[in-house]
Amino acid sequence: MTIAQKFPAVSRRNFLAGASAAVGGLSLGFHIPFADKAFAQGAASPLPPEINAWVVVKPDDTVVIRVARSEMGQGTLTGLAQLVAEELECDWSKVTTEYPSPGDNLKRNRVWGSYSTGGSRGIRDSHDYVRKGGAAAREMLIAAAAAQWGVPAGECSAANSVITHGPSRRTLRFGEVTEAAGKLTPPTDVKLKDPKDWQIAGKPLARLDTADKLTGKQVYGADLKLPGMLNAAVKACPVFGGTVASFDAAAVEKMPGVKKVVKVDDTAVAVVADTWWRAKTALDALPITWNEGPNTGVSSASIAEMLRAGLDADEAFVGNRQGDAKAELAKGAPAGGKIVTASYAFPYQNHATMEPMNATALYTPEKCEVWVPTQNGESSLAVVAEASGLPVNQCEVYKLHLGGGFGRRGNFQDYVRQSVSIAKQMPGTPVKLLWSREEDMLHGNYHPTTQAKLTAALDAQGNVTAMHMRISGQSILATVRPEGMQGGMDPVVFQGLTANLPEGHLGYTVPNLLIDHAMRNPPIPPGFWRGVNLNQNAIYVECFIDEMADAAGIEPLAFRRKLMVNHPKHLAVLEAAAKGIGWDTPPAEGRGRGLAQIMGFGSYVAAAAEVSVTNGELTVHRIVAATDPGHAVNPAQIERQVEGSFVYGLSACLYGECTVKGGRMEQENFDTYEVMRLAQMPAVETVLVPSGGFWGGVGEPTIAVAGPAVLNAVFAATGKRYRSLPLKNHELS
Amino acid sequence: MARLTVNGRVEEFEAEPDTPLLWVLREQLGMTGTKFGCGIAQCGACTVHIDGVATRSCVMPVSSIEESQKIVTIEGLSPDGSHPVQKAWLALDVPQCGYCQTGMIMAAASLLDTNPKPSDDDIAAEITNICRCGTYNRVRAAIHMAAGDKAG
Repeated sequence: MTIAQKFPAVSRRNFLAGASAAVGGLSLGFHIPFADKAFAQGAASPLPPEINAWVVVKPDDTVVIRVARSEMGQGTLTGLAQLVAEELECDWSKVTTEYPSPGDNLKRNRVWGSYSTGGSRGIRDSHDYVRKGGAAAREMLIAAAAAQWGVPAGECSAANSVITHGPSRRTLRFGEVTEAAGKLTPPTDVKLKDPKDWQIAGKPLARLDTADKLTGKQVYGADLKLPGMLNAAVKACPVFGGTVASFDAAAVEKMPGVKKVVKVDDTAVAVVADTWWRAKTALDALPITWNEGPNTGVSSASIAEMLRAGLDADEAFVGNRQGDAKAELAKGAPAGGKIVTASYAFPYQNHATMEPMNATALYTPEKCEVWVPTQNGESSLAVVAEASGLPVNQCEVYKLHLGGGFGRRGNFQDYVRQSVSIAKQMPGTPVKLLWSREEDMLHGNYHPTTQAKLTAALDAQGNVTAMHMRISGQSILATVRPEGMQGGMDPVVFQGLTANLPEGHLGYTVPNLLIDHAMRNPPIPPGFWRGVNLNQNAIYVECFIDEMADAAGIEPLAFRRKLMVNHPKHLAVLEAAAKGIGWDTPPAEGRGRGLAQIMGFGSYVAAAAEVSVTNGELTVHRIVAATDPGHAVNPAQIERQVEGSFVYGLSACLYGECTVKGGRMEQENFDTYEVMRLAQMPAVETVLVPSGGFWGGVGEPTIAVAGPAVLNAVFAATGKRYRSLPLKNHELS
Repeated sequence: MARLTVNGRVEEFEAEPDTPLLWVLREQLGMTGTKFGCGIAQCGACTVHIDGVATRSCVMPVSSIEESQKIVTIEGLSPDGSHPVQKAWLALDVPQCGYCQTGMIMAAASLLDTNPKPSDDDIAAEITNICRCGTYNRVRAAIHMAAGDKAG
């Protein structure tokens, strides 16, 4: 049986319309949001009319809540649906979700707002307007019912998908008035519930997207199959900044299944074949010559040297200044006190999402469509338009669930650009581009590398009279989002270290403080990596605080408390973590405990770790993590995000490192880019202390405290400081 | 024409003999529940059962598998997601992004077949699949739950 027989041609209309199309006896079981709308030009939409952009109620009472942000495991799909459902007053058991397409968003004057799903902003940036969407739909349903009864809307209320007329106790289901409600003029002003009255939001509800992930039915981008689709494997010049010199297509064109060998922009070559495995096999056999470009002399050593020079450079961008730290430090140690100084280093990291980068593109001279797991459908759409050369209204993007995002699939749409470049060379044929793990490791947008040198003056009582924190290293914005630079400075470098930004400010008061950044940008593409710069900033500050406490002879919690009197929310989470680990009672013999706290992504987080080191091997026995995100929309999801943060944060702390040699990354797969596995996973206890009144993110901040809590615990257990990461490079003892 | 027995059915397909089982499942047979993660048997996203043994299919040439050998993929673990491991996974809402979870479930099901009451150490030794979202603690808890379920 050939592949074509196994997947008989079906019309695209039929194929896409079937949410669970049985094709050739195989249930492909996936749903492409808005497929009908996008493809059935002129055909009536099978969906009932929407009530508003956020809410569709079907006659059978099924509620479809539209979610613009992407689901990549973080639970935003469920959380945002909870917020809409809360105001809608619908029956939660009848809720489903769908992604509106980025193209529809543009056509409707961006009614769904931003599609960006990063910076732990999925909920905190959209809670207000999605709740208003739910509230407006509720008011319209009530108004429709009231009109049907001929009674004032004010006499009616909604609960659990049922509208009740108070005086007469008559009821109507949402589904019975949905059509009429959709024709009403939306209310201009709606009142939102006080979070203390929440019944659906704020509750640890089960995720809406679990069942299909347990049976193989969930379709990720890598799994997409379209009629007539071909598959592409790609290889870009492994040296950053290099280009394609030549390749010998004839050498592989006769290999099984190969359809075409194409150049992809100036930087890569792709083989297109009937199956991906055949494409990859031919690509591996394809002779390619590269112009390696100007960066072949760049290595981890040369980058480290470049950054080291920045630690003592005169010029630096100031991120936080109180008093005059330089003048104070120039005076030397205060009477009876001391000067403490230490330098730290944090390496490049790859996002290493479990699903490698991929995108499927279909290009014709009239239209370009792309199916892609993306953290920002609108960024994808913009790249589709640019790469296809078509006006944006002739382009469309269909979002699929992500097999991990972590920042890799947001700003960077390099794989989308490549997929369009390939599809343009095969008009009318859908082509799925899937990167190998090796391609994914060699062409990341890496967590930037930085170093930091901290110097502080302690007086005789152990008070910090001055502190200078110099960060040297790579700016993400300079490369990725230059429009976000402020007079040459990258403000994101100072995550968690600012004087007063609500996004994240330093939780310590030091009378003379200077935090500055000597920007040093190696030619390695940087990116937003889950937690971003908060990750290393927390390691630098929290490990140094620990070093100062030790120098002052004061235990670390008491030392921090003295510096935190003006920062009660920072202190509250730290105290919660310390209490959880049992800070006031000593750990078992041979074990050590460490603390860390920071504020980032609008939330306050802290961790306490208990570790031991035996025969050179580190064991993390226990973690207690405390989080104050203001409002907690789904406490169970927050727990999962906090637990997961330790896998990401400790993978980086213990193992994560991409090293550069000859202008390229040395690690190509998980055999050399080690990550944490189940055997290394500590028990994590999550303490949620939402104090209300603000909306903080939860997907990222806790990652930052994982590393320093463990490093400080390692010091407590062994008396040794490890100041360059990852720990695998050190002989622990 | 080659043949494999997958989820109780004999499947015919054309593929080069050195094609890994993973890609025959995903491309020739259209079963995409088994995932591609690394291609070098490091991550376990491609885990299937061959004669009951959890096997990383991304490095297993199809020519090395006999038609008589029984391959079970996530699609065939249970007809309706009712395997004790799947039920435990649902009860504890284990997956985050979910991409690694079908492989994780297949590894867990195989572990429980050979060791119905695994200890934490057994689980740590046997479940070496990679998850980047960080579901490990819930994976461990769900395996214990499924073990109880099976025993009951």
